[in-house]
Amino acid sequence: MGVAIFLALLVAPEDSDQGISQRIFYIHVPIALTAYFCFGLGAWKALRLLVRGEERHDLESYVAIHQGTIFGVLTLVTGSIWAKASWGHWWLWSEDQLVLFLVLFLFYCAYFMLRFSLEEGPRRARSSAVYALFGVVLIPVSFLAIRLAEGLIHPTVFTRDGPQMSASMFATFCVAWAAVTLLAYVLYRVELVGKRLDADLHELREILR
Amino acid sequence: MIRARALEKRYGRKRVFAGIDLDLPADGFLVVTGANGSGKTTLLRVLTGLASATRGELRVEADRGRIGHLAHEPLVYRELSALENLDLFGRLYRVPERRERIGMLLERFGLWEARNERVAAYSRGMLQRLALCRTLLHDPDLLVLDEPFSALDEEGAALLDRELAELAGNRAFVVSTHDPARLAPLSTARLALT
Amino acid sequence: MTYLTDVSALARKDLKIELRARDTLPAMLLFVLSTLVVFHFALPAESASDAAYGLLWVAIVFTALLGLSRAWVPEHEHGVLDGLILAPCDRSAIWLGKTLATLAFLLAAQVVALPAFALFFASLDVTAVAGVVLADVGICVVGSLLAAMAAASRARELLLPLLVLPLSIPLIVGGVGAAISPDGERYLLFLALYDAVFAVLSWASFEYVVTE
Repeated sequence: MGVAIFLALLVAPEDSDQGISQRIFYIHVPIALTAYFCFGLGAWKALRLLVRGEERHDLESYVAIHQGTIFGVLTLVTGSIWAKASWGHWWLWSEDQLVLFLVLFLFYCAYFMLRFSLEEGPRRARSSAVYALFGVVLIPVSFLAIRLAEGLIHPTVFTRDGPQMSASMFATFCVAWAAVTLLAYVLYRVELVGKRLDADLHELREILR
Repeated sequence: MIRARALEKRYGRKRVFAGIDLDLPADGFLVVTGANGSGKTTLLRVLTGLASATRGELRVEADRGRIGHLAHEPLVYRELSALENLDLFGRLYRVPERRERIGMLLERFGLWEARNERVAAYSRGMLQRLALCRTLLHDPDLLVLDEPFSALDEEGAALLDRELAELAGNRAFVVSTHDPARLAPLSTARLALT
Repeated sequence: MTYLTDVSALARKDLKIELRARDTLPAMLLFVLSTLVVFHFALPAESASDAAYGLLWVAIVFTALLGLSRAWVPEHEHGVLDGLILAPCDRSAIWLGKTLATLAFLLAAQVVALPAFALFFASLDVTAVAGVVLADVGICVVGSLLAAMAAASRARELLLPLLVLPLSIPLIVGGVGAAISPDGERYLLFLALYDAVFAVLSWASFEYVVTE
C-alpha cells in the first residue's frame, strides 16, 4: 500500500507548470482530505456517543481525531514544502487550506488538552464529544472566515476553476488518495485495538486482584 | 420508588461500586453505611441523576423535580442571602405559595433572624440548616440525604431527628450516615457499602 | 413561558451577585482600558489605524476571556451547579441565563472601551459597533459553555483560553472586517450566522457537559 504511493509518485505524469514540485500534490491533497475525513468520523462518533450514550464511541471518536490531527500536521508539513517549492516561502497566509489547517491544529490541540485535564469518566467523554462536534462546525465556518479575511487583505474575486488534470494525473491522484485513506484506516484500527486491549487488560487485572 | 439491579459505577478504570441491588418502596427508609471512600456519595448522586451508572439497571419513580437532595456541600450561593437563595430555588422548583413556604421553613430551622444575611457569613451549622431548607422546599417524594447530621449542633440534630420522624412513612428516604444507630428507629432497610 | 422566567431569574441572580461582590466587572473595565493604553505604546507611532482596529479586537477577546473565566465561579462555590442541575427546569436555561449575564458584563465593559478606543486611536462607525456587539454575542454563547467544561477540569483557568481562542478566530475576522471593510454588512451577516449556528449547538449540548 505504501508502495502504491511511491509508484504513483514515480509514474506520475509530467507537469508543465511547476515541474517536480507539483508531485507533492499527490500526497498533500489526499492527506488533507483524509484529515478532514478523520475529523468528520470523530464528530460522527461523538454524536453517536451523545445520542446513544454508548461508551465505546468515546474511544473511537478520540482515536479518529488523533489520526486526524496526525494527518493534519502532515498536511501542514507537506503544504509548506509545496509552498516553498512553488513560491519560495515556507508559509503563505494567502493559502486558505494551510491557514485552515493551522486553525484546526490549534483547535484539536485544545481538544487533547481538554481530554487530559478532565478525570476519566462520562463527563470527559461527553465534554470531548461536544468539543469534537464544535470542531466539524468550525471547519466550514473558519473556511468561510478565511476566505473573507483573504478578501480583506487583497480584494480579489475568487473564481475557482476546477483542477485541470489529465486522465493519467487523475488516476494517479485517485490511487494516492485510496492509499492514504487505507493507511489512515489501518492506523485507526491499530490504535483502537491497542487502546481496547489496554483497557481490557486493566479490567482483567482488577478482577483477578 | 427505586429499583436497581447490578448497579455499577466506574470513572474510567476506577471502580467506585458494583453489584448493588436495591428495592425501595415509596414509604421506605434506606440507610446507607460504609467507610470513607466506599462510594456512598457517588451512589447517592447516581440515584438523584447527577451522575449516571456505568452498568446495571436503575429505575427511579420520581421526576427530577420531586427529588430532594442534600449533598456534602450546601448548594447555595455564597453572595446571596438565605431568603434570596430559597426564592431562586423556589422559582426553579415552581413551589406554590413560595413565600409562605420559605418563611415557614426558615422559621422552623431557626434561620428566620438571619434570613437577610449573606450566606458567606453563615457558620457551617447554619449552612447545613439552610441546605435542609433547600432540600425540603418543594416537599419532595424522594429524599436523598448525604450525611445530614454533619456539622449540626445538638439542637440542630434534635431538630432534624424530629423532622425526619415526621416525614418518614409517607416518603421514600435514602440516607447515608456514619451513625446508623441514630436512624435505627426509622430505617426499613440497610445497605452497607464496602 | 416558564422557560423565559427561569432564564431571567437565573440571569438576574448573576447580576445581583455581581452588584454585591463586584468581582468581575471592575476587573474587566480596568483590564480593557489598560490593554488599550499598553497597545498605544506597543504600536509603532506611524502605523495605520487599521492596525489599531486589530488591537481593539485583541483587547475585546481577552477581556471576554477574563469575564468568562469568572463566569461559573459563584456556581462552583458550595457546589450550586449541582443544585441547579437537579431543579426541574430545562438545563439549557442555566446556560442561557449565564450567557446573558456574561454578555451584559461584556457589553458594559465595552460601553467604556469603545469610546476610549475612539478617543485614543480611531473613530468607529455603526457597522464597527454592530460587529463588536455581534461578536460579543458569539463569544459569550460559545464561551459560557466552554467555561462550564473547563470549570470541571484540573487546569480550569488555564484551559479556557486554549479552548476559546481557536473558536474565536472567525469572530475576529468578522469583527475586523466589519470595522475596516467598505462592505461591512457582509461581515455582519457572517457574524450573525456564526452566532446562530453556535448558539444552537451550545444550547443543545449544555446538558451533556454538566452531568457525570
